[in-house]
Amino acid sequence: MLRFFVRRLIVALLVTATVMTLAFVLTRLSGDLAISIAGPNATQADVDAVRKAYGLDRPVIRQYFDWVGRALTGDLGDSYFFKTRVANLLAERMPVTLTLGIVGLLIALAVSLPLGILAAVRENTVLDRLVQMVAVIGQAMPSFWLGLILMITLGLRGWLPISGTGSWQHYVMPGIVLAFSAIPALTRLTRAGMIQAMSSDYIRTARAKGLSRASILLKHALRNAAIPVVAIAAVALGFMLGGSIVIEQVFALHGVGFLAWESIGKNDFPVVQAVVMVLAVIYVALTTIADLLNAVLDPRLRSA
Amino acid sequence: MSVVAIDAGPRRGWRSASTWVGAVIVGIAVFCALFTNQIVPHDPFMQNLGGRLKVPFWMEGADPAHLLGTDQLGRDYLSRLIYGCRISMLIGVTVSIVSALIGITIGVLGGFIGGRVDDVVLFAITTRLSLPVVLVALAVVGLLGTSMTILVITLGLLLWDRFAVVARSTTMQVRNLDFVAAAWCAGCSRFRILTHEVLPNIASHLVVVATLEVALAILLEAALSFLGLGVPPPLPSWGLMIAEAKDYMFFSPWVIVIPGVALFVLVLGINLLGDGLRDLFGARTDP
Repeated sequence: MLRFFVRRLIVALLVTATVMTLAFVLTRLSGDLAISIAGPNATQADVDAVRKAYGLDRPVIRQYFDWVGRALTGDLGDSYFFKTRVANLLAERMPVTLTLGIVGLLIALAVSLPLGILAAVRENTVLDRLVQMVAVIGQAMPSFWLGLILMITLGLRGWLPISGTGSWQHYVMPGIVLAFSAIPALTRLTRAGMIQAMSSDYIRTARAKGLSRASILLKHALRNAAIPVVAIAAVALGFMLGGSIVIEQVFALHGVGFLAWESIGKNDFPVVQAVVMVLAVIYVALTTIADLLNAVLDPRLRSA
Repeated sequence: MSVVAIDAGPRRGWRSASTWVGAVIVGIAVFCALFTNQIVPHDPFMQNLGGRLKVPFWMEGADPAHLLGTDQLGRDYLSRLIYGCRISMLIGVTVSIVSALIGITIGVLGGFIGGRVDDVVLFAITTRLSLPVVLVALAVVGLLGTSMTILVITLGLLLWDRFAVVARSTTMQVRNLDFVAAAWCAGCSRFRILTHEVLPNIASHLVVVATLEVALAILLEAALSFLGLGVPPPLPSWGLMIAEAKDYMFFSPWVIVIPGVALFVLVLGINLLGDGLRDLFGARTDP
């Protein structure tokens, strides 16, 4: 058990290190950053000044280790555009993104758990097919377009606010849109897990004991079917945080995704670099926790 | 779609019905993509500022010359829609090819050789999955500039994970089968076993992944174009059409409904076809 934990943690650390390197390389893709920052009307003297001011005249390797060293102590550098610490910017914007992600996940679970159970219990009936259809439709729905459609239907009637933050109502529409991206996978997984659990020996025993249908379903089957769902829910949250950039832009929610989108347009590379890294690290942390949780809940997985 | 859902026939019948719906949708899209120039009623780039935002045929006051109306610059919407289909299909297929080349190579090597090589492959897949796709793609396109080539290469470099996962797991299964052992005994080289024994036997699984990957790439391209960092204007990508029409959506909702429905139906069709092929081949594509 301990060996498994240590192995997983080492892999997580290695992935984090690789992601940090990729985030750094990513922002150096355009070649000379000083030219992009100085803008199209800059003279050679301006470019040189920018290069010196931002430390871009140093060797790339020095810049890289400098960045990694500081990032490890929580110092993500300064934003060129906002003229503040990137870490402060992230701390300011992160609550919006996290709230959106958690609201999205809760909506997704509230829809997909009942749907998945329903489909499993009524396997191969019209109901089951309808549920699977919902999953297929959810998978094909372009999230930004769904957001706009909700705005011109629910928003225009004044039922829900169209953009910005401020109250819980502001998170309802974006939350629904974000949930759509996770509902297909979560529903399919709940359905498959329930079908497998329902055909297992312990359910037959529970039936033979004469337990009530509700007790068999909720206490015995769901508990086992929930294990993979919990893991995928953690992974889905990570995906949703990364994918929320589109939805934040549609609904003008000023979270980290919106921040990243703004910063890409302004060549504010310390911010872009930091957002890529932070989202990746959150994803790695969530998947690692999910794996460890799975191992605790289901001893059969530990040898993997 | 309701027709398919209501049908309560045997599972096989329902499945094949939805597969046929998918196949028909994909067939129409392929036709539109191949014969764009022959079937567009107007030049999709031709502006007519006097005839802006003409309504589509189902609304009062529609112009019969513009079945789906015109956009904010007076360009024929149907022509732009058909041209947009070509762009979506082109990007979907090329991205899928790039990511298939990367993913299948990595996955087959990991699954076939095993050991250290497989550890590295698993690590690469884990790392790739931890990167937020939309954000990284936006950053790359934002830094390098918007063009179709950059977009295709970027998405191709980001979407190989499912190919790698499926190629790896199916190769592992095939590797231990008797006919591979027979090939070893017959003195076949490693390369020959890979290309003649392993690849043909995992191909059906990979075809299913490829279909689903085309759909994913089309959705991502639309999202990136919508954010202004995908296909450059004035090319009529569906995502870009939605972005350009956004300012008019409260007064003329059809301007975003038409390209959005087209995008949704195409992706739905490809997914239905992919699901059908999966059932047909008995393939597994879950990561």
